[in-house]
Amino acid sequence: MNMMASGLVPLNLTVNGAPVGRMVAPRTTLADFLRTELELTATHVGCEMGACGACLVLLDGAPVHSCLVFAVQLEGAQVETVEGLVARGAIAGLQSAFHERNALQCGFCTPGMLVNAHALLERGGVPDRAEIRDALSGNYCRCTGYEAIVDAIEAAARAAQGSGR
Amino acid sequence: MKARAFAYARPRTLDDAHAAFAAAEGDASYISGGQSLVPALAMRLQAPQVLVDLAGIEALRGVRLEGDWLRIGALTRHADALTDPLIRAHAPLLSAAAPFVAHPAIRNRGTLGGSVALADPASEFPAMMLAMGAEMEIFGPEGLRRVPADDYFQDLYQTAIVPGEILVALHVPVVGPRRCWAFDELARRRGDYAMVGGGILAERDGGRIGALRIAFFSVGPTPMRARAAEAVLTGRVPDADAIADAQRALDADIDPLDDEEVPAPMRRHLARVLLGRLVRKLEIA
Ligand SMILES: Cc1cc2nc3c(=O)[nH]c(=O)nc-3n(C[C@H](O)[C@H](O)[C@H](O)COP(=O)(O)OP(=O)(O)OC[C@H]3O[C@@H](n4cnc5c(N)ncnc54)[C@H](O)[C@@H]3O)c2cc1C
Ligand code: FES
Ligand code: FES
Repeated sequence: MNMMASGLVPLNLTVNGAPVGRMVAPRTTLADFLRTELELTATHVGCEMGACGACLVLLDGAPVHSCLVFAVQLEGAQVETVEGLVARGAIAGLQSAFHERNALQCGFCTPGMLVNAHALLERGGVPDRAEIRDALSGNYCRCTGYEAIVDAIEAAARAAQGSGR
Repeated sequence: MKARAFAYARPRTLDDAHAAFAAAEGDASYISGGQSLVPALAMRLQAPQVLVDLAGIEALRGVRLEGDWLRIGALTRHADALTDPLIRAHAPLLSAAAPFVAHPAIRNRGTLGGSVALADPASEFPAMMLAMGAEMEIFGPEGLRRVPADDYFQDLYQTAIVPGEILVALHVPVVGPRRCWAFDELARRRGDYAMVGGGILAERDGGRIGALRIAFFSVGPTPMRARAAEAVLTGRVPDADAIADAQRALDADIDPLDDEEVPAPMRRHLARVLLGRLVRKLEIA
């Protein structure tokens, strides 16, 4: 029979720079853990199967779908959500470019777009539009038609370049 | 859509992983990157009592040269196929295929071992194992064994791995200076599973094609080797005649499913087109 009771499991990880310790049910996805347990609701949940990209977070620095990871898999890991990126000013340039270019309507997709765009710009340089589209190929937006989003990311990359970042 | 409740184990060794799996009496699943398993659990296509996480097992990690073979630990991520210098140098077909596997964020989490263990006939990496003549190292009741790719893929999602066994590493023969290769696929949108795809690994022989292996995916219940097309191309200059002959021969090699989106005759046609592109891409000269 079961080699362990299927109750709650202790979990310790770092979220947005702060240590977090909780007991979690193994079937809780990272997305649900962030939203319901930690009340970090910027991470959105759309399809819950890796198709829409609304739930992207940084896991040990790289974007991953938080709907496709169970929280219990993350003992000792570093997670950063959109809230964390905003708080440390890491995406201020992207935020203002999204604002200026009207790169959102309902905003549901925006957190995932920002996480992915941030990871893309972290690589340095100004990505061309094909590279931007490729990076966003797993992020659905049901409102904008993507053009304004690609504009905003390109503009933010240029601005970061200009300011010597 | 949420997974049914399960117990979670994170063993540190292959033996412990195997014991955890066995203790669940057939009602356990291994998890590596989770990029195929988690959606399957969410949709309740699977509902194991126990999830055995392979992430803590050191024996499944690392990429290193072992003589004429490159050993790629099962937990190596898809994204590493793009960046790892050993994979780029010695298993270039994997690096060429990686940009076509899902989306960047999925590649950050999905593992080569998970993909080859799952053996989706529409997946890029399993077919490339066939094209490269790789060997799969499997941990079973008698310890470790190695199974050549030609014997490994058996039927739809069916491999030489029996339930409870663990795919430990992928062993790829290193590419010598006289080798060349080509990868391509035809998909409706970037990041979608391909309608057809394939790869070739070939020996250069003074302007002719020497020994070669061709593998296709999305053209049958398993990744498929194009042996008839290989036979036609061996020893030939890769000109239009050789390509046309190989395209004719390819019909015997593949066994496409007839589905509504891509009927079998269309897949056969696309496979021929792709074979032509692949052969033209080979740098034989
Ligand atoms: C939106 C989306 C698009 C995708 N597009 C593509 C695509 O275009 N091409 C493609 O190839 N894949 C695609 N995938 C699948 C993805 O690449 C997966 O990462 C991969 O198929 C499975 O690897 P994993 O490490 O995530 O395995 P997991 O999901 O953890 O496991 C997959 C299966 O293999 C078993 N398993 C895992 N590791 C081992 C092991 N070491 N030994 C024995 N059994 C094991 C598990 O029990 C499970 O049954 C896509 C996935 C998503 C969500
Ligand atoms: S909710 Fe995770 S990808 Fe859609
Ligand atoms: S702004 Fe509505 S989904 Fe993108």
